[in-house]
Amino acid sequence: MIYSSVPKSPERIPDLSYKHWCTRNIGSRILSVLAGFFAFLCILPLIAVLVYILIKGFSSINLDLFTQLPPPPGGVGGGIGNAMLGSIIVTTIASLIAIPIGVGAGIYLAEFSTGRGFSQFIRFGTNVLAGVPSIIAGVFIYGVIVSTRILFGHTFSAIAGGAALSVLMLPTVVKTTDEGLKLVSNDLRRAALGVGASRFVTVSQITLPKAFTPIATGVVLSIARAAGETAPLIFTALFSPFWPNGIFDPIATLSVLIYNFSTQPYDVQNQLAWAASFVLVVFILVLNLLARWLGRFASK
Amino acid sequence: MVALVLISILVVVFWGSLESMGRYGLKFLITSNWNPVDDEYGAFTAIYGTLVTSLLALVIAVPLGVGTAIFITENIIPEKIRNVIGLMVELLAAIPSVVLGLWAIFILEPFIKPFLMFLYDDFGWIPFFSTEPLGPGIAPAILILVVMILPIITAISRDSLNQVPMKLRQAAYGVGTTRWGAILNVILPAAISGIVGGVMLALGRAMGETMAVTMIIGNSNVFSWSLLAPGNTISAMLANQFGEADVGQLSSLMYAAFVLMVLTLLVNVFAQWLVKRLSLKY
Repeated sequence: MIYSSVPKSPERIPDLSYKHWCTRNIGSRILSVLAGFFAFLCILPLIAVLVYILIKGFSSINLDLFTQLPPPPGGVGGGIGNAMLGSIIVTTIASLIAIPIGVGAGIYLAEFSTGRGFSQFIRFGTNVLAGVPSIIAGVFIYGVIVSTRILFGHTFSAIAGGAALSVLMLPTVVKTTDEGLKLVSNDLRRAALGVGASRFVTVSQITLPKAFTPIATGVVLSIARAAGETAPLIFTALFSPFWPNGIFDPIATLSVLIYNFSTQPYDVQNQLAWAASFVLVVFILVLNLLARWLGRFASK
Repeated sequence: MVALVLISILVVVFWGSLESMGRYGLKFLITSNWNPVDDEYGAFTAIYGTLVTSLLALVIAVPLGVGTAIFITENIIPEKIRNVIGLMVELLAAIPSVVLGLWAIFILEPFIKPFLMFLYDDFGWIPFFSTEPLGPGIAPAILILVVMILPIITAISRDSLNQVPMKLRQAAYGVGTTRWGAILNVILPAAISGIVGGVMLALGRAMGETMAVTMIIGNSNVFSWSLLAPGNTISAMLANQFGEADVGQLSSLMYAAFVLMVLTLLVNVFAQWLVKRLSLKY
């Protein structure tokens, strides 16, 4: 029976078509438009920031930028080579500290703990640690390493900066390792144990390789976050206008350079700050897209 | 190890602040003179700055963030566009705060200055707008904080909205409600625990946020009710003065850091408790 042959009697069958001007439909449409407007406002800053960094930063990209030292106040030319190298060094130190400890803690939580008492406290602590302001990590490292001169009498150093960053990376690494391992099906573990593998062999040969992608994603994300952090570095790694001089001395980093140079009244320094922002943002966005790609790679 | 780090952070900061705590006690929290020359310290300006910037930023960011989350989880527009918006919001979270601070100094602050002048000219009789905007101040700091916590609120709200079972939606539409009837009465209440948790996390982040705020807030230790005047936050104060502080000042800064730490810990623990408490079981 086709629709047109249905007997129509206006009193019995209500009009079921969409009423365009009914109050609640209008209200619904208004709210939809409002939500769309909010979403637009949300991505507006991203677009604005990226556009300005592209305009102001890209124009000053040249070879000198990567190979020269920053000029003295009032000087001209120069580059940010030392800060780039410093950022890489400090982030590497942070990764070397945070990744083994973080992955280890994650493995313990997911594979060896009983899920009660102590491990619950660790999970809770990880969440809380993730919420600790980054500057507090700096204060902490200042109190432990810098002011006590515990590292062979050195005060501000690249190692202190790296340690401060590793405090920030830890919770992310622990959480992603824990969750990545939890996703591995229990059948695999039982099968491995069933053929006589020890617990250590099960974890290192079976479950860790299986959970590699989520862990790698978390590690990459935490590196991206650490590379952009400034607050913990200001009074741990400090800053230096020279090439890095070993890991026990103050070291320049991109983020601290942006902070220092943006507040100086010289055009050259401000321009260098924009250029440094450009380099830093490109680096971090690439890392983030890499992490995203890793995640997608895993789901296939 | 993680627990060790957390506990040792608390101990180190507490230890450092002991001297200042003994000298000023609770008076530290309510007096507003910060004078390294006379060795007199009170952190009220910074505490007021921290609270007022983070709370006002939250007030602006919550409707924006939750609205955006709804926009990209419901089927108002095609899925491809929604995914692009979601990706962009996540990338916004990845931009380092120091870069946002640079942007705030050179672009945002000149851009909103006419508007702040208007507030001062026409609403100057309200104490919150009673000083002339001179550049850096609390108001631009609030705006940059909004930019920083929007991605957190949006991402967490989106996740919890996505976890609302499809059956609930279908049931709501089945009894004949409109799209927003379903969202406001069925979907949002079901996802509220996650959203509130995200908001609390964002509040903690806003309180601890350092770089962008330091660069734009003006770092003045003179107390003023006005939102247009330069102010200070605890984290901005730490970033500015910690490197070159002497012993007495260092201890006071440690005390301020301890206050900040306790505030954020409370917010975070409360957030975790709230999420557990409010989560609905289906």
